[in-house]
Amino acid sequence: MNGKGHDNAGAGAPARGDYVLEARDLARRFKVGSSFLATPQVVRAVDGVSLSVRRGETLAIVGESGCGKSTLARLLLRLLRPSSGQVLYDGTDISDLPEREMRRLRKDLQFIFQDPFSSLNPRMTVGAIVEEPMRVHGIGTRASRPQQVADLLRRVGLRAEYANRYPHEFSGGQRQRIGIARALACGPRVLIGDEPVSALDVSIQAQVINLLEELKAEFDLTLVLIAHDLAVIRHMSDRVAVMYLGEIVEQGETDTLYDAPLHPYTQALMRAIPIPSPRSRKVDSGLTGDVPSPLAPPPGCRFHTRCPLASGICKVERPPLATVAHDRMVACHHWEEARAGIPSAAETPAHSHAAERRFALYREHSLAGTAAASDRTP
Amino acid sequence: MTGATVSPASDGVAPRRQSRVWSKLKRNRGALIGALIVGFFVIVAALAPLLPIADPTATSWTAVRKAPSALYWLGTDEIGRDIFSRMIWGAQASLLAGVVSVLIAVVIGVPFGLVSGYFGGWTDQAISRVTDALLATPFLILAIALAAFLGPSLTNAMIAIGLSATPIFIRLTRGQVLSVKTEDYVEGARAIGLSDVAIMSRYILPNVFAPILVQATLTIATAIIAEASLSFLGLGQQPPYPSWGSMLNVAKNFMTQAPWMAWWPGAAIFLVVLGFNLLGDGLRDALDPRES
Repeated sequence: MNGKGHDNAGAGAPARGDYVLEARDLARRFKVGSSFLATPQVVRAVDGVSLSVRRGETLAIVGESGCGKSTLARLLLRLLRPSSGQVLYDGTDISDLPEREMRRLRKDLQFIFQDPFSSLNPRMTVGAIVEEPMRVHGIGTRASRPQQVADLLRRVGLRAEYANRYPHEFSGGQRQRIGIARALACGPRVLIGDEPVSALDVSIQAQVINLLEELKAEFDLTLVLIAHDLAVIRHMSDRVAVMYLGEIVEQGETDTLYDAPLHPYTQALMRAIPIPSPRSRKVDSGLTGDVPSPLAPPPGCRFHTRCPLASGICKVERPPLATVAHDRMVACHHWEEARAGIPSAAETPAHSHAAERRFALYREHSLAGTAAASDRTP
Repeated sequence: MTGATVSPASDGVAPRRQSRVWSKLKRNRGALIGALIVGFFVIVAALAPLLPIADPTATSWTAVRKAPSALYWLGTDEIGRDIFSRMIWGAQASLLAGVVSVLIAVVIGVPFGLVSGYFGGWTDQAISRVTDALLATPFLILAIALAAFLGPSLTNAMIAIGLSATPIFIRLTRGQVLSVKTEDYVEGARAIGLSDVAIMSRYILPNVFAPILVQATLTIATAIIAEASLSFLGLGQQPPYPSWGSMLNVAKNFMTQAPWMAWWPGAAIFLVVLGFNLLGDGLRDALDPRES
């Protein structure tokens, strides 16, 4: 029934047809500490991000908390207006669209929230929550929608009878499924998840991730996932963008990026993946110091205060995000040195082997997971 | 249990929301008592013209300040009017004053509070500053000033009390909206494509409703007392027609000679205020889906 949402999928300009969503030099600044007398300080939550999301791919955006990835997600959906820059959906600039037209477009662009406990209206039944997008966008009729809601609930692994219950009667994992059903209800083409599983138990995480993968194939979706768990990302994404302090520092295909990270920050993140072995329990990311405050980001390369390869130029000149290989971009003055340094982290194969075991766990769960979840009652 | 029952789970139809609220309300003893008290006075007030009681304005020089007796169940007042009859007719004025003025306050205050909290910015600044200015004036002083400006009558007293109580509801609603606005489901409603009006009415209002309801019941009590004060000043119910407040205020001159003149209106105000508070508390619990 959601196939209708794709009728116009091929109608875009062929040249740009590859990209469903693009960000061009996107920036969002927030004023903080604004009061009558004090001059407000400015946080550059997202600062000059350019990004292209290809039709049908899964793009992951990774970074530490506070790096601006949630802000970026909201900018891509125009839940926030950018301070500068553009967001293009199917080649049209949506960053300045009037609210009324934007509301119509929201049918195509849906969002999954991080916190399943605050993302559902406690005063509405699950059925009403899932039906809401259909009602707003005029999908189905008053008579047909309850059936559509029941189908959707079953599809995300819940019972159709749950439609009459209230959100507080459900567990976190079930609520996240309700949130996913709501996001799918109006037949979107792009689904953006703001850390959709990070608030859930690890066992439930795998189930929800696998559900998203299945739905992506079934409904022909493009997924943008915000995450900080690198294991989850490798399992399900096609490409990865790494963010640091409001900027994208590296971008590339998942496997190449994981096998040979070029930015010193990405390398540090890779080293920080926990290893499920008692002998190598110590996590050493090789990073020193804390993330600088986004109120006062360092000049030049924002990573230079913590970077092992930092030199004079890094303190002065901001490195551009440059294409260094096919579909591979990195923003570092010293990426070639960083690449040469990869063997120095000689245990990398061991790490990725260990990480591989965790990925395998996700795959195992994908078979048992959805079946088990549908039997779960609150 | 009978052969014809259908399993409630299999047809997927759960009881509707209203019946849930109702059944929860019925299980709450306090709410039930409150509802009974309020209901009793409402019925008595509504039936006043039909009851076989004396004319509340008829005076009798032979029966001045008589104690309760078989003839005058609740006694008589300083010019020989039947207090029982005046109590029943006074219930009309007092309940009307309480409920109508709070309705006025809610109907004006809640939308302003919603808009102020939801949109923020200049709208919020303008509405909040006016609210602050009104709140800086004592409630009763403001009501007296407004009532004096509008002219003495029960209707004008209700309007004056309602307008004086409005800033409380603006402030309360605004504060609640500010906290609910940050919830993800409000952003979720925007992400679905709902308009601001729909978000305010379907997502924010239901979630700020409970404290407003509780405040409203408390304010009904305050409004009943405010009406009494205005009546005392000659700005509320006009003599010879009774209201509990004006009866109480006259009675205070005869506290030692005829204490029953104060007992009945005092007790009635106390009971109605208690009833509204119990009912409001019960409604708050019943409307909260998180409490079963």
